[in-house]
Formats: sequence, structure tokens, C-alpha cells
Amino acid sequence: MDLHNSKAYTRRAFLVRGVTLASGAVTIPYFLQKSGVVLAQSSMLNPTGAGVPTDRILVVIQLAGGNDGLNTVVPFASDEYHRARPGISIRAEQVHRLFRQSDVGLHPALEGMKALFDDGMLTVVQGVGYPNPNRSHFTSTDIWHTADTRGVGAGWLGRYFDNQCAGSPAADAGEELAGHAGIAIGRNAPLTMQGRAYQPVSFESEELFRWTGAEASREVAEAYDQMMRGELDPTVDETNPTAAFLTRTAMDARIASDRIRRAVSTTPLTRYPRTGLGRQLAMIASMIRSGLETRVYYATLGGFDTHAGQGGAQGQHANLLRQLGDAVRAFYADLKAQGNDGRVLSMTFSEFGRRVRANASNGTDHGAAAPLFLMGPMVRAGIHGNHPSMTELEDGDLKFHTDFRRVYATVLEQWLKADSRAVLGGRFAPIRVIKQG
Amino acid sequence: MGDAIRRAPTASMRAISRDRFGEGEARHLLWRAGFGGTDAQIATLAEWGPERAVDHLLDVDNAAGYPGVRSDAFDAGVIREFTREEQRAYRMALQQGDEAAVARFRGLRESMQRADRDQMRSVQRWWLTRMIESSRPLEEKMTLFWHGHFATSYRTVENSYHMFLQNQLFRSHALGNFGDLLFRIIRDPAMLKYLNNDRNFRASPNENLARELMELFALGEGQYQERDIREGARALTGYTYSGNEFVFDANRHDDGQKQILGTSGNLNGDDFVKAILARRACSDFIATKLYRWFVVDDIPARGTPARASMERVIRDLSGALRRHRYEIKPMLRMLFLSEHFYDSANRHMQIKSPAELVVGTVRSLHTPVRDLNTLLDAMELMGQRLFFPPNVAGWAGGRAWINTSTVFVRQNTTAFLLTGMTPGSGPALTERAYDPAMAIRDFVTRRPEAARDPERMAGRLLEVMLGMEIGGARRESVARVLGADGNPLSNDGILQAMMLISAMPEYQLC
Repeated sequence: MDLHNSKAYTRRAFLVRGVTLASGAVTIPYFLQKSGVVLAQSSMLNPTGAGVPTDRILVVIQLAGGNDGLNTVVPFASDEYHRARPGISIRAEQVHRLFRQSDVGLHPALEGMKALFDDGMLTVVQGVGYPNPNRSHFTSTDIWHTADTRGVGAGWLGRYFDNQCAGSPAADAGEELAGHAGIAIGRNAPLTMQGRAYQPVSFESEELFRWTGAEASREVAEAYDQMMRGELDPTVDETNPTAAFLTRTAMDARIASDRIRRAVSTTPLTRYPRTGLGRQLAMIASMIRSGLETRVYYATLGGFDTHAGQGGAQGQHANLLRQLGDAVRAFYADLKAQGNDGRVLSMTFSEFGRRVRANASNGTDHGAAAPLFLMGPMVRAGIHGNHPSMTELEDGDLKFHTDFRRVYATVLEQWLKADSRAVLGGRFAPIRVIKQG
Repeated sequence: MGDAIRRAPTASMRAISRDRFGEGEARHLLWRAGFGGTDAQIATLAEWGPERAVDHLLDVDNAAGYPGVRSDAFDAGVIREFTREEQRAYRMALQQGDEAAVARFRGLRESMQRADRDQMRSVQRWWLTRMIESSRPLEEKMTLFWHGHFATSYRTVENSYHMFLQNQLFRSHALGNFGDLLFRIIRDPAMLKYLNNDRNFRASPNENLARELMELFALGEGQYQERDIREGARALTGYTYSGNEFVFDANRHDDGQKQILGTSGNLNGDDFVKAILARRACSDFIATKLYRWFVVDDIPARGTPARASMERVIRDLSGALRRHRYEIKPMLRMLFLSEHFYDSANRHMQIKSPAELVVGTVRSLHTPVRDLNTLLDAMELMGQRLFFPPNVAGWAGGRAWINTSTVFVRQNTTAFLLTGMTPGSGPALTERAYDPAMAIRDFVTRRPEAARDPERMAGRLLEVMLGMEIGGARRESVARVLGADGNPLSNDGILQAMMLISAMPEYQLC
């Protein structure tokens, strides 16, 4: 079977052929076949390469467990707020005020976020949620992942990848898009990034994104490398398409593994806090710096399910917020030193906020609407929307005014330049939080 | 892609003759009708011949040496709904803002949920252990089939005992009658909850179960009208559960006139199932699904000879199902004995599911189990979390199992089973409990001189682990690893060679 029968004899095709001939393998990784076409296309569409969507990167930070929005963006001027939360409320003089006149302020531990705000790199979107809020971690997380209020179907960014994939003539259904268009740091690929066909690359640490067997001895490591470079197998059984598919994917994996591990082994340009999220964002910054064509990265900070002893200005919840703010601040400092900060938009989300009233154990239970953050030099810095009313509650919870899918639509249309309607399965009006131009 | 060059297997359903049933055929049977076997088991089945081998595997009711399942294996009351009084008191506490009482109720619910999640984990470990240990591997493999077919997830059900009960239902009907299973599934608490039939009322029918019963469980898309869904949902009103028991709630049931799939009357759920079973599409649908599970998952392109062969075989299987009134066993016997099943074009064509990979590695190579939790986590990373299928359509299977991340998880999980190595744990192999000679005992005892030759040893290991002959550069590279320390029979060398082979793409096939 002739894999090199391309109509246009591009430089890339030559390279692909060169690699193939050099390795003597009939089977070449999808990754190489794909990037040939993808590269040729993008250079035809936009010879300078500047401003094409592939340039732009989205970083999603999941705050798992249900972040207490009320103690993140604090309505410090509200008597109801202080009355409902004796023992854990934040006092007016403790918060970071964003504007002089503003009736909300950031939690004192969010120094990092305040610094980003002062540099024009933070937007707070208030009152985000969806109708008939679900208070189960599982279901509400799935709802946010899928952008479907029943929480069923593929992930919203997975569908975005599916659509990108379907639009590319190079893509066969079920095969991967350019190797690693989406990378998630974590044990599992998050549902958000899983499409009907598209599967993201995911790994907890670069150590896990490789073959452990190589540690056994030099001989076995060498034999494995030769095998995965296709040097040992001039005759993959092409009459068994399944075997050929497996061989190609394994070769792809090795290439992705090599590139990603090389990328993350570089030292960041700035110092990161020694926290889980700090480590994850440092890895992501290194991958961005190395020039991977990845469009979406995903990081997770867990522990927000603060049912007991969550603390106020200090304590459990404060530590989590400090981790978030400090890590993101270091991340953007690194990106700025790289010259990549303008290419990267970051957003947080959490499955729900928490109830207005503190519970009897100085914690908070599962609630509904909450704020989220959008970060990066390309955001319109500020506060979007009012704080939800502290008196007009729904079943003891804040009422949302901005459907979370409007935030997704904003990111899809104004950042990734994608058709949000096709991805979200309906029309959601974008909000004005991203600079245009 | 590639279907043009895909070879078409024979469509013959004649029984394979004894003299054509060798070790390769026995190995194929063991992998497809179970989770693989050791080379000693393969040799035994080959010696028995096809009839005895197939009947042995099908005889799941009489297989000795493995305990059945006790109904008290798990705590039936680990989680429960609030009683009516509790619900009233809870609502009152919410209205009156009695935080202490609200916290007490939430605490009670959360502690039950925690205990239930723990029990769910135990049920997962228990099932994986059964797959690994059972002397009736086909029973567990069919249980896994029904779990994927009638996909129900704990995520929605949130009751570990209901999930266990459903698993037991699948096991007790593993090779039984599909019709019986269908009558039971519309009474299964986990299913009733998962597809919202507990909210299916006369005044406001919920169509979820009725739709999936036809679309995904028994007929397939295009074999029914929207009207059949509406009327089917009415027939299923009142089918709900209380505690761990099915309950028919006559007050919720709509006993008016209905017309479903051409049958009329004041039909109930059983009548709905009967109407489904009367359809030829039903046996076609189940035969196709079982064919894809046991023979070839990847359906060849229309118009190709491979597709034509498959369609003829499925027609025969569907006919067998109808002749035997939906008894599964006679149909499977016909399939497992057929020349078609053993055709070389059907071998090494399936991508092992995570369960097949993990369980099959332990069963075929006799590795230690090492750590059930690690194995369950690994399976989840490979995309198959038992009791948590992704949606009502079950696991997509086939190529969907494979992507750049799962490739490493698969390779590293077999490395873990073989050596106990986890990423970063380093090279110390010698202290691990596994004696690799277990996998090739027959070879070593029968041909001691060959076992000392790295080349021949490499060939044998490749054959045992991949079920095919691999020559050339790959065999040489395995031989090099074997001979690296001058002793082709050192455990370290064999283990490393086995690890290398398990990282070959063909190891993912069966």
C-alpha cells in the first residue's frame, strides 16, 4: 500500500518520505502523516502564520470539589453575608478591593490574583451557573464537562476537537488529531476534553508517560526504542488493519512521549511555588515554550469540598486559594519571559459554589452559582456582572445570572475562533470579557 | 481503511474437524471464549479436540472448583433512602433554618454515601478476582458482555448493592435465555433507576427505558416508530422499586389501550417485551452484537467479501437463536465449533479490552495478581472502569480503547504484572515473586536443550505470548535481551524479554 501518493509534493511530504525511507518502515506514525497535511494547509491559508487559531492556547484549571465562591469574591459590604457565616466570613478590611467603589473584593489569600488584576490580566465573571442546579459532585461536574444540563455526552472541548478534526481533510474518523492537540495533567483524561472520537493525551507526571520497562536494563530499553522507531519491522502485517493501527499509534505515543518529556525537562524561566498546581502549570509553561502544537491544556486543583473547618481569612480554603493565585501568577510571569503570554488564555471552573449559610461545623455545603476567573493579557480586566443578591436566594443558594455555556461560547468564538453553536448544540451569547483585535 | 486488502474468512458454519484443531485453534478459543490460558491449558484443549473443548467451556453450570456467589456477599442495607418521617423532618429543618438538624441529615446521608462508595470498590475487586480465578471464564466473559450491553453506571445508580444484584442477574443468565433476561431487566432496580423508570408515571410517562429497550438492548435503530416508544413507555409505567426489590405500582400504571410494534391491547411491560422478542430484528440484533464480541469487532466495509462472509454467518447465528427460542448456549456452541470462527482471517483481529488485557495476562502467563486496586486503577486509565460504563451504549470497544495515553498504560500494566515495577521504581527484578518459567513450563521440561538456546527460547516466548510466529529482527532483539547476561534461562533475562514482547503491538491483539 502506497502511503506517499500525495498530490502536492510539499517539503513536508518530502520529509515524511525521507523519514520513512530512512527507517525502512512501511508503517509510519499517524502523527507524521497528519502534520504534513496540517502544516501545508495552514501555510496556504495564512503565509505569515500569525494570528491563526493554532497560535492561541487555552488553559483550563478545574477547582475540584466545589469552590466556595462567596469567600473567593467576597461581598464584604453585605450584612447578610456576615450574618450567614459567623466564624468564616471575611471582613471588609481584609479583602483585596479591585475598585474603590466596588462592593466585592478578593479573598486575602488571592494576592496572586490581585497582582494579575493590577496588571490587567484578570476578569472576574460573577454569578455563573445553570438552571435547576444539581448538587451532586458527579452530576454537576459532568454538567460542566459536557455543557449539557443532564451531564450526558462528550466533553465540550472534546467536541471542539472532533469538529476541528472533521473539518480537516487529513482526518479519518477515530484517529487522533495532530498527536496531542489537548494535553491534560492528571490521572485521567477529563471528560471535558474527551470527544466522540478525539481523545486527549493525559499523564500525571512525565515519568508515567513512558514505558517503565526501559528501567529494567539498557539492553531492553534499546530494543524497545528500536522497535518503536520502526527499525525492527520492515514488514508490518498490512493485511491486518488492526495490527497496523496499533503499530502506528504506539509509534505516535513514543514520539509524543519524547517530545513532551523533553519539553518538561527544561527549567522554567521563573520560580514556581512548590505546590501541586505550581508543578502542573510549570510543566504546561515548558510545553508551551517548546513549541508543541497543543491548543488546550488542563490542570486540576482539588480539595475544595470544604464541609468542615474551612476557615476564613486563614485556614483550609485560604490555603487552596493562595495555591491558585500564586501558581497562576508565576505561570504568567514565566509566559511573559518566554514572550508567549499573549497567546495564552486561562480559565477556572468548579462544579458548584457553596451554600450561603455556613453549617454547624464551620464549613459550607454544596450550593449553586459562583464566580469564575479568566486570566491572561488578552482579557478585558474587570468584573463582569453583579454579585448575585444575598437576599433573593433559591433554596438557600445564590441565583446565577450568567449561564456557564455563555462563558464557553465566549472562549470558543472569541479565543479559539470556533463555531460555538456547533460545539455547544445551541446559541449562547458570548460575554464581553476578551479583547478583540 | 485497509478493508480492500482484508482477507475474507470462510462463511462455513460446518464444525471444524478434529485434525484441524491444534494449539493455535485451542489458544484462539481460550482467548475469545474466556481470558486466555496457559500453554498447558492450550495443550490440553488441543488434545481433547473441538467438541470436548467447546462443551467444557460452555458447561458453566457444572465446572468444579470455584464457589458460586452467596447472596449475602455484600451489605444489602449499606445505603437507603430517607424514610418518609426523615424526609419530613429534613424539609422542616430546611424551612425553619435549623442548621444543626440540617447538618445532621446531610451528615447521615454523606456517611451512607461514603460507605456505599467503599462497598462499590469492594464489588469491583470481587468481580475482577472472579474473572481472574474462575474456572468458568466464559461465565464471567458473558457477564461482562451483558454489563456492556445493558450498560448501567454506578454514577447514576449510587447504590452498590443494586449494582451487585444486577451483576448477579447477568451472571445467572450469562449463557441462559435472552428473553428471560429481558423480562428481568425491566424489573432490575439498578436499570430502573439508571433509565429513570422510577419516574415513569401514568400522568407523565418517561420514555427513557422504553426507547433504550428497543434502540440499544433488543432491536436497533430504525426497527421501531416514535409511537412505539410513546406507547412502550406507557406499558412500563409503574415498574419501579422499593429498597432492593422490584415493585409494580398499579396506581402509577397506565392500563389503557396501547399499540406497540403491531400488538394491541392494554399492554404491560411483559407484553412490550413479548412484542420485541417476536421481531426477527431482535435475534438479528443480538446475534450481531455477540458476533462482534466474540469474533470481529471491526465491521468490514460494505460490499467487501469480508463483509459478505460476516453477514452470512450472522444470518445463521440469528436463525439458531430463533430456533432455540433465544437460548444463547446452542448458538454459541455452533459458533465456537465453526470453521468460520477459526479461520485465520478472524484470529488476532480483536483489540483486547482492558479487562481482557489485565485478566488475560494473569491467566495466560500465571503472573501474580499483585494489587487489585492498582489493576482497577489501570483499567480505568485504559478506559474501562467496571460498573461505570461511559453511557447507556456501553464501551465503544475496539480501536476506541487505543490512543497515545492508553498505549503506555497498557504496556506499563503488563510490566507491572510481570515484574512489580511501577514507573520510577527502578530495575530490581530479582526479588519479585513471579517465576517466568511458569509461562513456559511445558517447553522447558520437554525441550531442555532448546530452552538453553536464546534464539529458540525467544521464538517460544513470542509464540506463547503473541500466539504467532515472529521472525526476523524482532526475534533477534528478544534473543539479545535473553542472552545479555550469558544465561538464557536466567529469570531476569526471561522477564525482560517477556516485558519487551508485551510491549509489542501484537500483544494487544487476541
